Amino acid sequence: MIGSATGGKQKQIAREEASGLVKWSRNNRRAITSTLFLIVMLIGFAMANPAVFSQFKTYRSVMIALPVSIFLVVPLVFVVTAGEIDLSFPSVVGLASYAFVSIVDQGGDPLIGIAAALLVGAFLGFLNGILVVRIGLSALVATLGMNFFLRGLINILVEGFSIAIPEIRGSFIHTLLTDDTIMIVENQGIPNQMLWALAFTALGVFLYNRHSFGVRVHCVGDNPESAAEMGIDVDRTRILVFVFTGIGAALAGVFSVMINFVWWPTTGDGLLLPVLAGLFVGGTPTWGGIGTVFGGAIGTSIVAFIETGVIAAGLTGFFTQFFYGLIIILSLIFQRFNGGRVR
Amino acid sequence: MKNDYIIELQDVTKSFGNVNAVDGISFGVRPGEVVGLIGDNGAGKSTLIKILSGVHQPDSGQIIVRGREVRNWSAAKSRESGIETVYQDRALAPQQTITRNIFMGREIKDRFGIIKVKKQYEEANRLMREIGFTSKVFDPDSPVATLSGGERQGVAIARALYFDADLIVLDEPTTALSLVETAKVFGFIENVRARGRSIIFIGHNIYHVFDVADRFVVLDRGKVVMTEDKAKIPVAEVLIKHMQEIAELGHATEASSA
Repeated sequence: MIGSATGGKQKQIAREEASGLVKWSRNNRRAITSTLFLIVMLIGFAMANPAVFSQFKTYRSVMIALPVSIFLVVPLVFVVTAGEIDLSFPSVVGLASYAFVSIVDQGGDPLIGIAAALLVGAFLGFLNGILVVRIGLSALVATLGMNFFLRGLINILVEGFSIAIPEIRGSFIHTLLTDDTIMIVENQGIPNQMLWALAFTALGVFLYNRHSFGVRVHCVGDNPESAAEMGIDVDRTRILVFVFTGIGAALAGVFSVMINFVWWPTTGDGLLLPVLAGLFVGGTPTWGGIGTVFGGAIGTSIVAFIETGVIAAGLTGFFTQFFYGLIIILSLIFQRFNGGRVR
Repeated sequence: MKNDYIIELQDVTKSFGNVNAVDGISFGVRPGEVVGLIGDNGAGKSTLIKILSGVHQPDSGQIIVRGREVRNWSAAKSRESGIETVYQDRALAPQQTITRNIFMGREIKDRFGIIKVKKQYEEANRLMREIGFTSKVFDPDSPVATLSGGERQGVAIARALYFDADLIVLDEPTTALSLVETAKVFGFIENVRARGRSIIFIGHNIYHVFDVADRFVVLDRGKVVMTEDKAKIPVAEVLIKHMQEIAELGHATEASSA
């Protein structure tokens, strides 16, 4: 309906409904910004080195490890939207995947290993939630402490030894999770873990926007007093986002070990900064109340392509960090055009 | 025994540290009446409201809903009991859409928790029209941050309207509103009363309270110091005189009916 200045004393003026596309882009502008940024970046890389970026294997090489970051970034969007932060996930990845690898290494069923990893992850997330929500510690400091504490625990447990599980290759669960099913070129397809990560992202998007849990996470992060006044259990919602991150970290850990066939005492360690960078590059602001799960997945993809792109463009590895920084700052400047915090 | 109360508080107390914010208050609200709750700053109005709405749990005393005592009182239970509170700060999440704010804490969802987005949108659209939102610049998907103070008040009231509450608590609803917006709030109150619902109206402006209330409850230092039907008070000035006496003496001079 288009509201026009018809007949003088008409009280009810029909509101001008924005068209579907306009509305959609208004509601998703942060994710759209990061997606455009990824596309422009890839075009830039492709122009710098058309030979490399016209080959499927370039993209495939990124898609092998990218899913690990996606399993982390999806729940982290919930955490940041709720107005919290979790810096303990690298060590949760390590400890949860240690549970998985120990069981498989001793001949246990990989499915039981996955269940154990999920339990460990959920429990550690719950522990983070208790520290932050019930005991009232700062999320930033408490989860940073947990990151050191859990990594320390891993070191004490294994005394520096890694665990290899080559026997998992060829097992049903390994094929299901990490083989190539959708073939693109001869012998090379999209790694299954990428499909699982996409499914996880889709689930996250749905939970974030269409489920009462996600909607309550938005309200709690936006204005916790109002949320409590409207009968939302603010503490429970906050604890649950930490549990969700623990579960995501466990999945990330399991996939990481499945991909590499080895668990190291350092598994997960290198993920802290790239995943957080991907989260913010993707369009989720730091202040809570809003964010984008899809954008988070795109953001981690941007970060994942930087290294490949820099090397393919003919620059030495010394340039990688420089471009990390440059691209993160550039993309945040673009996100800035989507507005600051409104009150 | 007055069993016709929608909600009744019996000897309710609440203290914060050494401060007895609510110090043994008993009062109830009958169907279809508008209770004006007045008192100076620090009299305990806000605490009492937050007890009614379940944000605070009382330290002692009973909360009786339709003749039955409710234990483990909470904000969710208060809303389930048919009490909607329009808070002074509107209790809004400004970055969220109008729709999300209307259904905050009580979304329209299926048993798996999946929100019926379309239904919520349509209901929000209907409610916005009902309370007279005719602006072209926003729709149910617009963030509340884009609205004026009066429009935000409208969103908070739309909630109470949608859930068809038996008792609506309006905490300082006319503060910071324009004359036109204040008139709208009064119209809303009349509307609610006409439908047989009850209202607790909290206000600083005695004239506003006097205009709309059927009965006045005056608080001072955490206690009910006066309860009077409007029929026994001819003009607002009399009520103001009572208030001044209470402020000076701690009680009203004329006998107050309880």
